Amino acid sequence: MMILEYLLSALALGMTFLYGSTGEIITEKAGHLNLGIPGVMCIGAAGGCASLHLMVMAGINIPVVWVVVGLLCAFLSAALAGLLYSFLAVTLQSNQNVTGLVLTTFGVGLMKYIMFGLTDGDGGVPYLKTLSAFRFPFSESTTSLQKCSITALLAVVIALVTSFVLFKTKVGLNLRAVGENPATADAAGINVVGYKYAATCIGSGIAGIGGLSYIMNCSGSREGYLSIEAFGWLAIALVIFALWKPHLSVFGSFLFGLLYIAGSFIPSIIPIAGFKTMWATPLFEMLPYVVTIIVLVISSIKEKKENQPPASLGLSYFREER
Amino acid sequence: MDKSVALDLKKITKRFGNVVANNEVDLTVYKGEILAILGENGCGKTTLMNMIAGIYYPDAGHIYVNGEEVVIRSPKDAFRHGIGMIHQHFKLVDIFSASENIVLGIKDGKKYNLKDVNKRVLEISQRYGFNIDPTKKIYEMSVSEKQTVEIIKVLYRGADILILDEPTAVLTPQETEKLFNVLRKMRDDGKSIIIITHKLHEVLSLSDRVAVLRKGEHIGSVKTEETSENELTEMMVGKKIELNIERTDCLGLGERLIVKDLNCFNEEGVKILHDVCFSVRGGEILGIAGIAGSGQRELLEAIAGLQPTESGEITYIDPNENTSIDLRTKNAAEIRDLGIKLSFVPEDRLGMGLVGNMDATDNMMLRSYEKTHVFLDRKNPKKLATKIIDELEVVTPGVSTPVRRLSGGNVQKLLVGREISSAPKVFMAAYPVRGLDINSSYTIYNLLTKQKQGGTAVIFVGEDLDVLLELCDRIMVIASGKITGIVDGRTATKEQLGVLMTKSTSIFEDAEIELNRMKKNDEGGAGNE
Repeated sequence: MMILEYLLSALALGMTFLYGSTGEIITEKAGHLNLGIPGVMCIGAAGGCASLHLMVMAGINIPVVWVVVGLLCAFLSAALAGLLYSFLAVTLQSNQNVTGLVLTTFGVGLMKYIMFGLTDGDGGVPYLKTLSAFRFPFSESTTSLQKCSITALLAVVIALVTSFVLFKTKVGLNLRAVGENPATADAAGINVVGYKYAATCIGSGIAGIGGLSYIMNCSGSREGYLSIEAFGWLAIALVIFALWKPHLSVFGSFLFGLLYIAGSFIPSIIPIAGFKTMWATPLFEMLPYVVTIIVLVISSIKEKKENQPPASLGLSYFREER
Repeated sequence: MDKSVALDLKKITKRFGNVVANNEVDLTVYKGEILAILGENGCGKTTLMNMIAGIYYPDAGHIYVNGEEVVIRSPKDAFRHGIGMIHQHFKLVDIFSASENIVLGIKDGKKYNLKDVNKRVLEISQRYGFNIDPTKKIYEMSVSEKQTVEIIKVLYRGADILILDEPTAVLTPQETEKLFNVLRKMRDDGKSIIIITHKLHEVLSLSDRVAVLRKGEHIGSVKTEETSENELTEMMVGKKIELNIERTDCLGLGERLIVKDLNCFNEEGVKILHDVCFSVRGGEILGIAGIAGSGQRELLEAIAGLQPTESGEITYIDPNENTSIDLRTKNAAEIRDLGIKLSFVPEDRLGMGLVGNMDATDNMMLRSYEKTHVFLDRKNPKKLATKIIDELEVVTPGVSTPVRRLSGGNVQKLLVGREISSAPKVFMAAYPVRGLDINSSYTIYNLLTKQKQGGTAVIFVGEDLDVLLELCDRIMVIASGKITGIVDGRTATKEQLGVLMTKSTSIFEDAEIELNRMKKNDEGGAGNE
């Protein structure tokens, strides 16, 4: 039973990473390294929770509306943050790394402010009343199965659809061209700025859903929002691990989930003498990053062109630049 | 022939800051003709073409396509009016296949299906005589294959007006001839072709008309059959100039560099130099001729210490002390300090030797900063940069302008100028005139001759056989990494060099014959038993 519990928890947590990494892949394919993803996920979580809070307070009691409006608000608030990033990095051509880091700092702070307000009341936390709606159809389950609801598994659908769009459609071809060689895309008549804006905003929106999904599915608690930032960084690592392919990210996210929570489960599954969860957990939490480093080393050695980051990742594009 | 106007430019003007790149240019292109655009580096040819292709937007003027005034704000607009441009620096996505690049950005409402695209690409290839594999990735392609993809890309969009920006700069003579045949077929198909090139003999052999630009202005258009090389040069430069390379006698100094039985493998483990033997004397120019990629680069890099060698000897004889030094035991910096300088101009011009984002002074410092101690010395490099800019007539706003903003020819002058400024003992120049206009090219040739007169051993890798024959004292021909002959530059002929250059194929044929014979022997042996 413990093993099943472990697998389900890992799967659920992995979905959070998957939302983030799918969003980041879309953004990076347009040539934008959005290090603001942790902040964007936080903003998505805050936006979603705020909308749920308002709905509950207003007495709206229809579960479907909760879920749809909640996810939509998470998407929109995060996309808005993406729009801010796009304006700075695309239109004003500011440094992408700096812009991203600023967005993360800003997003985390903003979320803490909002979430603190939302969870401060005496009579419980209103938005958590919608929990069962988000955990459909497993809200009655007493195991970790309840974390693997359709709103969590939606991440897989989004990742697969993204992969299809990226690699099998004209829109995807155009988007990848923008990230590889914007001058070429421009000369081919593709609206480079439009694609960059759209990719960044949609990517951010998807990542934002991940933030809300974590609170509603995985955590379900008052303090759940505090760990979202860390998951944002993991999502960025996952992008590298998945070699910029969302369909590989599906497996990668599960593996990252397994590794991340290994510290809490491994000792009870395989008893090891002298093994203390206290210091083992942080060690296990490092594993996803270690794996990412290994993948980076391997993909750098193999030097297969298709597995490298988009060629103009991190570079601004200005048509008349010589 | 149908002589209706395909494209008409009226009083096109474009400024970059204070610099006027094009000033009230008028230009007419007819259907079914090849128009060559000629002009020195930085005269605004590419800028003008970029405005037709929608990369730049003109500040003033009108563009008419098929008699109707059009506004071209973006490449998309250009495509809509049937204009396609093949840029000097290819605009291709490396990790995409040929077909993916070709279909990129097309909005024809058809379903995205690469198989259909592949089919159409092959159709176009057959029609004009291209040879291309639609599924091959760009990063696996040779320069000429990439160019083919660029041309098909434009044709796929149904372009009737094709603009080619220096298409032959990076092609071998054979590839160039193939390209010209394709272009002629397109012209006969009723398409208008505008070609930018520096090579006068190409202009004369290919084009129907020539338009000459000078300092951003249209000087005039002439029919190719009614003009001559001299007239065109005069129009381009604005004054009569003598296009003669002065070849002085050799100084008859001793041997300076001796290469013996040199063997090299490239990164992929393919043998790129086979038993190369030659020597250079002080005060002579040794030309190296050969089809691009025959091992010229590796040979020079091996001498400069940049390319690991397998076996053989590279000996440098110091003229002052008459001592022999084995260069294979030295690293690149030590070799450079001995006075052996390499100036290599790669296909992308900036790739080796200069840092694009740094200004002229800083680029000079790349060669001197190690000699200073704690603080950098900027004064002397600045003096040097100013001197080179003055003496070689480099067109630049100043020593503090990043070199990537300069046009190709001026960048090359800086590179060559820096390397010869330190009075090298051996000077190796690979493709120093790549993409340069006539005037600048001759400046460089004369610089090489000057070096030779100063007693330097000069090794010159060139593409233009006529120039090699005029400039060099001896010409060494390299084919598939083997030296196929060393001839006297004063008596050799172009045909002779051509035969030596293509000996490479005979080597492969030899190998094939050898293989077949071995196979036969094996079979024969088996039969006997």
